[in-house]
Amino acid sequence: MSGRLAVVVVFLALTAGAAWAQDTSMVQGGIYQRPMVFGSTRTAVGGYAEGGGRHLTTDGVSEGWSMELRRFNIFLFSSVGRRIRFISELEFEHGTEEIALETALVDFVVNPSFVLRAGILLPPIGAFNVNHDSPRYDVMDRPLVSTEIIPATLSEVGFGAHGRLAPAGFSVSWDAYLTNGLGDGVILNPTGRTRLAAGKGGEQFAEDANGNPAFSGRVAAHRRGWGELGLSYYLAVYNQFRKDGVDVDRRRRAELAAIDVATEVGPVELRGEAALARIDIPESLAEVLADRQWGFYLDAVLPVWRPRIRGLERPTVAAVLRVERVDLNQGRFGSTGESRGDETTAVTAGFSFRPAAGTVFRAGYRRESFRDLLGNAPVTTAGWQVGFATYF
Amino acid sequence: MTRAPHWLVLMTLAAGACSAVVPDAPPEDETLEGPIEGLTGEQLSAHLAGDAEFARNFGAAEGVGPIFVAQSCSSCHVADGKGHPVFNLTRFGRMTTAGFDPMRQHGGPQIQHRALPGYPPERVPAGATGVSVFMAPSVTGLGLIEAVDDSTILALADPDDRDGDGISGRAQLLAPADLIATVARLELLFDPGEPGRHRPIDGRYLGRFGKKAGAINLLHQTVTAYREDMGLTTDLIPDDPTTPEAGVFAGDDVADPEVGSNTVANVVFYLKTLRAPPRRAPDDPEVRAGETLFASIGCARCHRPAMTTGASRIKALDRVVFHPYSDLLLHDMGPDLDDGYTEGSALTAEWRTAPLWGLGLAEQAQGGQAFYLHDGRARTLEAAIEYHGGEAAASRAAFRGLGAGDAARLIAFLRSL
Repeated sequence: MSGRLAVVVVFLALTAGAAWAQDTSMVQGGIYQRPMVFGSTRTAVGGYAEGGGRHLTTDGVSEGWSMELRRFNIFLFSSVGRRIRFISELEFEHGTEEIALETALVDFVVNPSFVLRAGILLPPIGAFNVNHDSPRYDVMDRPLVSTEIIPATLSEVGFGAHGRLAPAGFSVSWDAYLTNGLGDGVILNPTGRTRLAAGKGGEQFAEDANGNPAFSGRVAAHRRGWGELGLSYYLAVYNQFRKDGVDVDRRRRAELAAIDVATEVGPVELRGEAALARIDIPESLAEVLADRQWGFYLDAVLPVWRPRIRGLERPTVAAVLRVERVDLNQGRFGSTGESRGDETTAVTAGFSFRPAAGTVFRAGYRRESFRDLLGNAPVTTAGWQVGFATYF
Repeated sequence: MTRAPHWLVLMTLAAGACSAVVPDAPPEDETLEGPIEGLTGEQLSAHLAGDAEFARNFGAAEGVGPIFVAQSCSSCHVADGKGHPVFNLTRFGRMTTAGFDPMRQHGGPQIQHRALPGYPPERVPAGATGVSVFMAPSVTGLGLIEAVDDSTILALADPDDRDGDGISGRAQLLAPADLIATVARLELLFDPGEPGRHRPIDGRYLGRFGKKAGAINLLHQTVTAYREDMGLTTDLIPDDPTTPEAGVFAGDDVADPEVGSNTVANVVFYLKTLRAPPRRAPDDPEVRAGETLFASIGCARCHRPAMTTGASRIKALDRVVFHPYSDLLLHDMGPDLDDGYTEGSALTAEWRTAPLWGLGLAEQAQGGQAFYLHDGRARTLEAAIEYHGGEAAASRAAFRGLGAGDAARLIAFLRSL
């Protein structure tokens, strides 16, 4: 028996006797913490819808009001057996403009501390990529760090395992997966910048772009009353370095490291994540395409009013604040020594009204300042957003 | 908590009523962007379509490369302004007994120093005797320059300095290569009956765009930039630039043309209809005094304040007076600005008089720091003036002789442009 296998066996033996942890992990358990799953004994269908309108102005120029049904997602859950669960999510974005199978995975519970998972899954890079259902958020827009650096929603086909341990007073969750990873579009894409999200593609559900699986993993600690702190890492080779068996380039890596937190400070709920990306860029492109990016967001939600409304159990109005920043091209120009720009800082402030836990109406004001690659005077975009999101 | 707190209601009402939370447009005279006044609705729509194409980034899947400098027009011309060193263009060639050789067999005249992954970027080849770095110019007001009749520019030329003022501007007359003849013919197709330009002069065509006036019109400039700057093919230039060591047919695998003729047309129309850079405080006494000094020390002999367009189908360009502060002619600028590189009939020390309009807004597009002259080597206007030699040597000497107050007035005038 090899040393590594022995470690695994010992690990399983130790954890097999542990008490089954409550499913309190806020991120890892997120895909099953949906209304249609609760109480389901066999198969359930559910989903969520998200829509809204906005009136934004960029340096005095506005296109006026615009409304959209941004997402209509359908979940299908099935408890196939005592130890087998299947869940999938079909996403319709902007009406039927984009239709994507975002999740289709099966979990086989060997033990709560060791659950095998396979299918189209959400690599655990930060918390948002795994746990991004719109009704859970009190701000309309997805965080910039979670879409522009972490390429949420990133769905990849692959397999791996996850589990929860329950050492004294804590719940510790872990995830580790191998997936098909990103493709060539990370650089030299139509955005003109390094963008991990541009390396996503439907073909990755059918085959790996380069034969090198991506690794993703997350470890998180959760304690009731304290909240959850997670650390995650993702590593992929993003370029097609070999064609027809011939090497045409070297392997170029994209790495992401993220930290996520969800906690409460007094009456204020705090949730956020920060991420750092490192991308191996061809030397000739290094000055204009980023090899390093970072960003963060922090949401603060403060319940301010619980009105009495007949038929509603616990309706809540909350004040909401999001602060976020992304630097999509860290470093300095070699030619001038000046700092590279391509940075966005944004603040969103508003209110949410939750007539029930799974339904939220949101209204807010967003102000965003974008500084271009060269660091010219910032372009300011600001305006109003109203919207809703609800599970069904 | 059953009643809404008063502060919650007040905050909501105040935020909704406050117009200050919406960002205002920058002052009209502080930005370069915008269409020329007087366009029709249809023309404005075409202008905006071109604006979108001008800003469009081309990825590898859309055909950029295999070698290139930038992914979009607006990379080099941010907000329609001057370029930044990170997107500078490097051109090269060698002087031979038969004249200047742009070394096309070695990938000349322009280096594309960026490349698709795995593809070798270009380097300046051995044997090049002249290497020049070009910073992208502002693109505002180009339609006005294009609409000037050839005869207007030729009338300003004085190649033998017959008037004895030390200034001997020459017209750039370009050999009728296939591309030049084609872009001239196409321009005439859309603007027939306007004999003032785009027609051969003694078998050659008048160049008016570019640092060496190597392009005859905006169509010529646009398709050349698509190829040389972005590695994109068009109907008029259907071959990708390639690195000689990789082989001339080792291009990308995107079907040609990578940029359709409608896109080219939209971008050309956009460039034709960009407004001239706005002046700031032209009536300020210091600025006016600087303008007088500018003329009195001879700067205005080349940087001519006013020109008039010829007839144009676009009414906003039709026989209008504008103020480029250029004569669009070639002038010897002396040894400090002689990079040993040239184009067309220009000598290596000759440069087309750079239009000075927009000078005061240059740094707005350059990351807050100004880079002047053809390659951005001068960081201040004073330094830029110091590089002027050759035909401009007398004006430079006169500038040096100005007192501090007058020099400041002259600079204030330049910054008002």
